[in-house]
Amino acid sequence: MSRFEYAPAPESRAIVDIKSSYGLFVNGQFTDATDGKPFKTVSPSSEEVLAEVSEAGPADVDRAVRAARKAYEKVWGPMSGKDRAKYLFRIARLIQERSRELAVLESLDNGKPIRESRDVDIPLVAAHFFYYAGWADKLEYAGAGDDPRPWGVAGQVIPWNFPMLMLAWKIAPALAAGNTVVLKPAETTPLTALAFAEICQQADLPPGVVNIVTGAGRTGQALVEHPDVDKIAFTGSTAVGRAIAKAIAGTEKAVTLELGGKAANIVFEDAPIDQTIEGIVNGIFFNQGHVCCAGSRLLVQESVYDEVLGRLKRRMETLRVGDPLDKNTDIGAINSPAQLAKIRELSQIGEDEGAERWSPECELPSQGYWFPPTVFTGVSQAHRIAREEIFGPVLSVLTFRTPAEAVEKANNTPFGLSAGIWTEKGSRILWMANQLRAGVVWANTFNRFDPTSPFGGYKESGYGREGGRHGLEAYLAH
Amino acid sequence: MTTLDSGVDTLADVTSSEDRLRRFLLGLPGVDQVGAEARAATLSSRSIKTTAKQYALDLAISMIDLTTLEGQDTPGKVRALCAKAKRPDPADPTAPQVAAVCVYPDLVATAKRELQGSGINVASVATAFPSGRSSLAIKVQDTKDAVAAGADEVDMVIDRGAFLSGRYAMVFDEIAAIREAAGDAHLKVILETGELVTYDNVRRASWLAMLAGADFIKTSTGKVSPAATLPVTLVMLEAVRDYHEATGLHIGVKPAGGIRTAKDAIKYLVTVNETAGPDWLDPELFRFGASSLLNDLLMQRTKLATGHYPGPDYFTLD
Repeated sequence: MSRFEYAPAPESRAIVDIKSSYGLFVNGQFTDATDGKPFKTVSPSSEEVLAEVSEAGPADVDRAVRAARKAYEKVWGPMSGKDRAKYLFRIARLIQERSRELAVLESLDNGKPIRESRDVDIPLVAAHFFYYAGWADKLEYAGAGDDPRPWGVAGQVIPWNFPMLMLAWKIAPALAAGNTVVLKPAETTPLTALAFAEICQQADLPPGVVNIVTGAGRTGQALVEHPDVDKIAFTGSTAVGRAIAKAIAGTEKAVTLELGGKAANIVFEDAPIDQTIEGIVNGIFFNQGHVCCAGSRLLVQESVYDEVLGRLKRRMETLRVGDPLDKNTDIGAINSPAQLAKIRELSQIGEDEGAERWSPECELPSQGYWFPPTVFTGVSQAHRIAREEIFGPVLSVLTFRTPAEAVEKANNTPFGLSAGIWTEKGSRILWMANQLRAGVVWANTFNRFDPTSPFGGYKESGYGREGGRHGLEAYLAH
Repeated sequence: MTTLDSGVDTLADVTSSEDRLRRFLLGLPGVDQVGAEARAATLSSRSIKTTAKQYALDLAISMIDLTTLEGQDTPGKVRALCAKAKRPDPADPTAPQVAAVCVYPDLVATAKRELQGSGINVASVATAFPSGRSSLAIKVQDTKDAVAAGADEVDMVIDRGAFLSGRYAMVFDEIAAIREAAGDAHLKVILETGELVTYDNVRRASWLAMLAGADFIKTSTGKVSPAATLPVTLVMLEAVRDYHEATGLHIGVKPAGGIRTAKDAIKYLVTVNETAGPDWLDPELFRFGASSLLNDLLMQRTKLATGHYPGPDYFTLD
């Protein structure tokens, strides 16, 4: 008998019906774009062209905003919270019913493993709609004043790392609070947002309440700068976030920005060792490291450095990289050639600056965009790989000797989105969590999300919170 | 002390006094319950199909300790079980044999006679199974009886009361005494994890048993609920992996009780493969203590070969 090699177990694509081309979703209808060039969306694991998607120019964005305004004034704004909740519950149920299809579509368009889209992303998407549906008729109890009012039209721009989940984070609270939305998905991952547009039709959502305009930076800019948009919500890079903050400075637009991160995952000598290794792996290799709150800086107490590194490498050797639609794949494809180039460039810089690079033996597919799980040791605070967000499966390992030093190093970053603490000592967890300047601090776990829990950053990681009551508040004027 | 840098010499040191043993066991890294269970859940989501499934089903059959541990056991019942062990699927001679037949000490001789020349081991539970609540002298005699009757493997239970009250040296000495009484027989130490309750205890008991000379560590007697669970087995597999790293020795793991379906068995094999590693995918180092599991494995095996499920009456009762 041979070794236990897992035979491929691919999820069927037949469940997904991808059209050859998609228009914009404006006022409840798919319509042609009037002033943009169509672009193609490809599957990052195979470079196969999946569909042609419209680019929305300023005139199209204007149409979408006007549709949203009308829907806000005539239908959605005046509607009772209880009735809005019915629509949101209906959407949540439709997402559950179509979850397999959405998971396959997400893995095709984004490159993430089906294990994650099926077991994490889509269940969380449905959970967010269910959660905020529950708030729709209870806004006055959300802690945002006695008579909280929606802002009006929300312009939302989301990234490509969790296309459907970010859509849910944005649209669910916005609609629950009574806003209407114009949402721009990322140009490399528009397909699940367009599938969501179909779900809105299926749910009989009044026309104009949700509008989806596809496109790249130009479309996003037109949306952000549109004078009739009341509230901007953006998740993406710090550079774009800064540009948005500048663009809307002096206007009355409300804004939430969820930007980059360079989280410290801090391991003390008394940590629950095997679960810590899982947490490190999950922290940086989940979704190919395309996670703004990824634990990309591992801070290990010097006394357990060798043990942690040895175990981490052994564990990394069992990671399966490859076809995202294979149910046994742990790490999928890098989302785009541009992102792959950036990961390669920063990794090269890491080597050039003297850090030691290691990856397990793993065969990468010849087609598509791939990067092996990678760990850099001998990294110091002064290295660029310890400071810049790589947004890929690349872990930098640093060491510390005392809790105070761990806090100092963890906070010594322009970012402040998340952090992780691994120790069996409860008092240390609480002490550390108070010292760390990060929006989320996980203890003995990492990358856990729940609709009830607020998420957001300090410093260059942005401002405002999404999720929980706080996320609802961001869509309410008071 | 960390588990990885403890060599053979230092491990001998830790058993040199009660105090040192205690400090060593309490100094083992903790197990985070949520994390261990999450890891087990991830491992159970592996999708094992086609050739991998064929391999897994046959491997699982060859790892079974076919067991009867009832007050009503008779020589006739044991003979029937032995016949099944030799030829699990009368309709398909390509089905592999199981690893061992596990019986009470008084039935060892019967099983031994039936299995003569088959290559299948006879395992026997001894040491006042299942509670273990009698004197050491009786436990030693129980073990000697089983071995004298021809048992190739002895499954002993630890004194959970002593363990839970922190008398680690007493548990250690007892295992060591049984180890000696068992002679050449393989010693499987039953931790009864359902009574130890916490994963920290499971990890400590695993190390304690290995330090005292266990060839195998086993989850349960099958008489206590919960019996084997995937997270408990995961923690034990981590312990044997770490022990191997520290000493170079391979210790086996045997989940027992409650594993009834091929699907469950495959989850265990995946966990073995990705935790202790492929070396442990061998009846020498991994066993299933189960009897009802076998028929489901045979049924799935037939399904793979013929494309449809035979009814339960196509497989023998025992």
